[in-house]
Amino acid sequence: MSQAQLTDAPTIATTRRRTFEPLLLLWIALAVALLFLVVNPLFRLVQLSLQDADTGAFTLANYAAAYGRERYLVAMWNSLALGFWVTVLCLIFAVPLAWAVARTDMPAKGAVRLLVLGAFVTPPYLGSIAWILLAGPNSGWLNRVWMALTGADHGLFNIYSFAGLVFNIAIYSFPYIFIFTSAALDVVSSEMEDAANILGAGTLRTTFRITLPMVMPAILAGAIVTFLEAIALFGTPALIAIPARFNVVTTQLLQFFGQPIRAEVAAAYAVPLLLITVALFGVQRLIIRRRGFIALTGKGGDRRTIELGLWRWVMLGYALFVLSLSVVLPYFVLAQAALSKAWGRGLSLSNLTLHNFTYLLFEHETARQSVINSFTYAAAAACIAMTLALSIAYIVSRRLLPAAGVLSFVAMAPFVVPGIVLAIAFYAAYAPPPLALYGTATILILAFATRFLPIGYANAHAAIRSINPEMEDAVRILGGGRLLAIRRVLVPLMQRSLIGAWLLVFIPATRELSTAMFLYGPNTRTMSVMLMDMSEEGNFETLAALGFMLLASTLVIVGLATSLLGRDFMLRRERG
Amino acid sequence: MTKLSLIDLGKSFGATPAVQNVTLALQPGEFVSLLGPSGCGKTTTLRMIAGFIKPTAGRIEMNGALLSSPSQVVPPEKRGMSMIFQSYAIWPNMTVGQNVAFGLKLRKLGAAETNERLDRMLDVVRLKHLKDRYPAELSGGQQQRVALARAIVIEPEVLLLDEPLSNLDANLREEMRSEIRRLHDAFRITTVYVTHDQAEAMVTSDRIVVMNHGRIEQVDDPVSMYTRPKTRFVAGFIGRTNFLDGRLDGGSIAFPGFTVRADLAPDAGSLTRDASFAVRPQNIVIHRAAPAGGNSGWWVQGRIAERAYLGEYWEYVVRPADADLRLRVIAAPGEVYAADESVWLEIDPRSIARIPSPEGTAL
Repeated sequence: MSQAQLTDAPTIATTRRRTFEPLLLLWIALAVALLFLVVNPLFRLVQLSLQDADTGAFTLANYAAAYGRERYLVAMWNSLALGFWVTVLCLIFAVPLAWAVARTDMPAKGAVRLLVLGAFVTPPYLGSIAWILLAGPNSGWLNRVWMALTGADHGLFNIYSFAGLVFNIAIYSFPYIFIFTSAALDVVSSEMEDAANILGAGTLRTTFRITLPMVMPAILAGAIVTFLEAIALFGTPALIAIPARFNVVTTQLLQFFGQPIRAEVAAAYAVPLLLITVALFGVQRLIIRRRGFIALTGKGGDRRTIELGLWRWVMLGYALFVLSLSVVLPYFVLAQAALSKAWGRGLSLSNLTLHNFTYLLFEHETARQSVINSFTYAAAAACIAMTLALSIAYIVSRRLLPAAGVLSFVAMAPFVVPGIVLAIAFYAAYAPPPLALYGTATILILAFATRFLPIGYANAHAAIRSINPEMEDAVRILGGGRLLAIRRVLVPLMQRSLIGAWLLVFIPATRELSTAMFLYGPNTRTMSVMLMDMSEEGNFETLAALGFMLLASTLVIVGLATSLLGRDFMLRRERG
Repeated sequence: MTKLSLIDLGKSFGATPAVQNVTLALQPGEFVSLLGPSGCGKTTTLRMIAGFIKPTAGRIEMNGALLSSPSQVVPPEKRGMSMIFQSYAIWPNMTVGQNVAFGLKLRKLGAAETNERLDRMLDVVRLKHLKDRYPAELSGGQQQRVALARAIVIEPEVLLLDEPLSNLDANLREEMRSEIRRLHDAFRITTVYVTHDQAEAMVTSDRIVVMNHGRIEQVDDPVSMYTRPKTRFVAGFIGRTNFLDGRLDGGSIAFPGFTVRADLAPDAGSLTRDASFAVRPQNIVIHRAAPAGGNSGWWVQGRIAERAYLGEYWEYVVRPADADLRLRVIAAPGEVYAADESVWLEIDPRSIARIPSPEGTAL
């Protein structure tokens, strides 16, 4: 290094100015992107709900219309009851499983974890289709078995009922509570339990008096997420509640979008859903912060497994029972239907065919396009979300600009917006001219990117935070610029976690339904929308085949990601 | 010619001052340590020298040219310095050779010279056989030597070290601090070394800068720093010490529990009413009997309040008669006294340091 360079004062001044501007430009670009994706749609949603559809004048008439009819209020009540019962059922499923996997000597823990992951990545609407085949009145497999065994003239189960809806949602929502609870149990030190044991408490008493109370905040946090998922879910209610002739908030919202579209009433009807979600996530944060995981952090020492004796087989039986309801049986009937000429004829060689798949891919008018759409939209959305997430996370974690915190807040904001509300917000903002994006690929991709931006941001932030800034400082002090540091050190070091984060956005985007349902057009159907359309035709063989393709591709991607990123990459929960 | 100057340097985070009025000049080839407890501003000062932090007051100059001031900062990559980080910051995605050659490649030296300097450097730090290994395969000491090699191979204008040994175990730390001094003697690179470990500072440095609460307490060579601490903080921070806070009363100084002749005190002519001194435990000698007319030192009668045997020496705590004062004394392993035994302590006034009296304390 020459000294001449350092004594050259004008050079110094110009370098300074040059390094400053790109960062400011980046900040402005990110702020504009977030305004477009997050702030403006939500603003337009509220604005739309307060405007007269024709004149644009301020009015409360939309709210009057949305809450003026008894059946609209009943739908809202149904959603709350649904959320409550789903949460109760999920607690019964998830807490014993999480405890058994995290703390006991139950056998086959790896398989149980894998099946929970299976339940987690199964799109709930596919599970519903499977359960229609399993527990449809009279024709469902379980009912037919029941009738064959007992000679009864009608089946035992009816999935087309409120109880059926609760059950169907619960078997795919319990992994949330499982993840929260097992993550908390993983950091409870055995010494906490040993301390109770040494004072004379037995295993059972210790579990109920010490262990479970310590992870109670985590269980509550998971329960809140489950409740919110249940009330915001669209696919399962559309498949089950509508035939059963009752409505929940999400199906009611779809009806406001029937002809003629009453988007302003839908907006008014969606606002409480948004407020409930925001409020409950606020409560969840308070729970986590107040009771905290403070007692649970730190190294925590070794964790001893609790020996259950013969009860460990009982626990395993319970786990396999729950998981066969959500994974084993549904996958089996879907595979059977997809490979059958007529699903009701059962397993026989003469009934076996691949025609359902060839029909979808080569004969059906729009099915193949929908498969292509799903994956290209998801990939594009994941790229957009990760680009935004990484840029914001970098600025925030390296404290490059003073007001970066605002960006991170806005990037996380879609987390508290239910997909269906986001869809209506995008409709409100970008369906009308001048952009008139309704039904285009662009609006679907942008809505998906926004919906999963928080997942991308949380993961990108964690990835960047895990890398010591000194790694970059070392490049700079040796004479490399910031961009070189990012290119040569930061990106190579984060490669794996970035691929993981990209997949965590991509996977849910491939099967996103509630956002797509309100924004798609004739040429932009996704697989999820296609499935809903076909379910109305009642052709379960092709329906199962399409579902099977979605499921198989998801499992392949998750499998690849798991071998690349470690077994727990989707079931992990960031703490702190 | 001054290599590096910090002039009235200051840094505040919001309203909280982290560094205040730091002025320091380093000669070419000098090795200076910034020593102080955590939060004293030493790392902030170092990162300002590196260009990672912009000062809020004062300026930094190198070879007479301005590097940092509140209005302009030369970015780190334009300073021609290098730095060794607390975490080593060895890039795990590059081999040892790639790590060390990184700075050379940025300087576009050409393949032949790059390879020659790389090999020579790896030889010096005894890592040649590990050139193609990845950092994860190295021990802590080897990683540390990679960091040293990577920083030194570019022959930087100034070398900065940020607590580089704090992650090593005790034995390795002793080995590495000698290694750092050896490399400095070989390359004579102007060096600023941040540490909270006084032994590290004393082994490696030409001069030590003791910092506290963001300010410089004292700048001195290791011997003067230890024997002539100028402030109470320095006396207490560097080595162990006994504080004697007394009051001048005519020709004598009254301490809690004993009184001594004032004219034997260091700089006796400048004594004021409140007089405070620092005396090292090993500069106090224990005797069983009263002095036989010895007037050459300060004598204190007391009792053994506590004792501990540490193998290499005895450590006693002696309390002068009826006073709360506790004097820590170190004695050879053979000098055994019983608990509560009555003893006489001899303090050589030539080995004690005058320090400012504690503020607002009256005896």
